[in-house]
Amino acid sequence: MKNEWPLWEIFIRGQHGMSHRHVGSLHAPDADMAIKNARDVYTRRNEGVSIWVVEAKHISATAPGEKGPLFEPSESKVYRHPTFFDIPEEVGHM
Amino acid sequence: MYAQMIKTASNSVKSRDEMSPEEAAFQDKIDNDIKIEPRDWMPEDYRRTLIRQIGQHAHSEVVGQLPEGNWITRAPTLERKMILLAKVQDEAGHGLYLYSAAETLGVSRDEMVEMLHEGRMKYSSIFNYPTLNWADIGAVGWLVDGAAIVNQVALQRTSYGPYSRAMIRICKEESFHARQGYHAIMKMAFGTPEQKKMAQDAVNRLWFPAIMMFGPNDSESTHSEQSMAWKIKVKSNDELRQQFVDQTVPQIEYLGLDLPDPGIKWNEERGHYDFSDPDWSEFFNVIKGNGPCNVDRMNARVKAWEDGQWVRDGLMEHARKRATRKVAAE
Repeated sequence: MKNEWPLWEIFIRGQHGMSHRHVGSLHAPDADMAIKNARDVYTRRNEGVSIWVVEAKHISATAPGEKGPLFEPSESKVYRHPTFFDIPEEVGHM
Repeated sequence: MYAQMIKTASNSVKSRDEMSPEEAAFQDKIDNDIKIEPRDWMPEDYRRTLIRQIGQHAHSEVVGQLPEGNWITRAPTLERKMILLAKVQDEAGHGLYLYSAAETLGVSRDEMVEMLHEGRMKYSSIFNYPTLNWADIGAVGWLVDGAAIVNQVALQRTSYGPYSRAMIRICKEESFHARQGYHAIMKMAFGTPEQKKMAQDAVNRLWFPAIMMFGPNDSESTHSEQSMAWKIKVKSNDELRQQFVDQTVPQIEYLGLDLPDPGIKWNEERGHYDFSDPDWSEFFNVIKGNGPCNVDRMNARVKAWEDGQWVRDGLMEHARKRATRKVAAE
C-alpha cells in the first residue's frame, strides 16, 4: 500500500542493570518517530528506562523447521550443567 | 465479544482421519497447549479466521475511543479528565497491540483499516450506542470494559502466540479501566438524588447492550465449533456471559441501585444468577449497521483517516529525503 509506514520492533530496558527485552512492534516513518511512538505506547506505566528500535526487515530469524537440528543436540549434553558432577560433601560448597 | 460473530472460514471440524499429516501435527500442538507462532505452519482457515477476529478486536479498541473521547472536554473535574484521557490513550495502544498481532499473519494495518472503512470488517456492536451524559462514561468503563475483561482473560490462553501476548498486556491495563468507571459511578450512586438517578438510568440503558457483547446464545452460534477446537476461542459465549452477570450483580447491589433486569434472580440450584435474554433482534439490527451511532462512528473514523493522510505522507517523504541525504553524505 502506498506510503505505508515501515514496521519497527521495540526493545525496552525495564530497569537499570537489566537487558533490553522485546516488547512489541509499531509503525513509524523513521527511527526518531519510532522511538517517540514507543515511548507513548510501551512506557506509559514506568515500564522502561531505555528504548531500542530496529526496523523489522533488518531482523533475521531461524526457521521453525530448523528447530530440531539447531536445538536438539544440546539436550543430550547434560555434562554442560554443573549438577552433572557429584562432588563429595567433605569438599564443601563449589 | 470485542470480536462478535466471527465466521470460521471452514464449516465443520475435521476428524483426525480427514486431517493431513501437517494438520494433525498442528492440532496436536494446540491440544498440548503449545502456542502457534507466526512462521509455524498453520491451516489457511486458521490464519483467515484469526485475521478476522484479531482485526475486529483491534477495530473495536479504536472505534471504542469515540464514545469516551466525546466526554474528555466535559469531564466534571480535572482529575476525572486526566483519568479519562489516560484511558482513551490506552485504547489506542490496545488497538496497536492487536493490529501488530494481526500483521504477523500477513495482512497490513492499512489494509485492515481500509477493509473497516469499506464495510468489509466490523467492530463490536457496543460502540454503536451513544454516551449521553457523564454517568454513561462511568458505566462504560465499569460494564463495557468489565465485560471485555471477562472475555480477554479467557483469551490469554488462546492458541496463537502473538494474540495471547497482546491479551496479557491488555488485561494488565484493562482493570484500571473498569475500576475508574466503577469509582465514577460510585460517586454518583452515593451522591445527590439526581446523580443517583443518572447512575440508575445509565445502568438501565447499558446493561443489555453490555451482555450482548458476548454474542448470540451458544445454541445460535453456528461457527464456534472450529474456533473452539483451534482454541481461537477458549470459552463459549454463554459461559462468558454468565461469568459477567455473576460478578456484576453484586456490584450493582453494592451501589444501592435497582437491578436493570427484573429477570435477575439467584438460582441456588445452578449456583448462578438467572437473567433475561436481551432482545436479539436489536443486536442483529445494530450489527447490520442500524444502531443509533453506526453512521457517526464510521464517518468519524473515515474522516480521521483521510484528514491524517497528508501528515502520514509528509512524514514518510521527510524520512525518505533524510535517508537519501545521509547516504549522499557518507
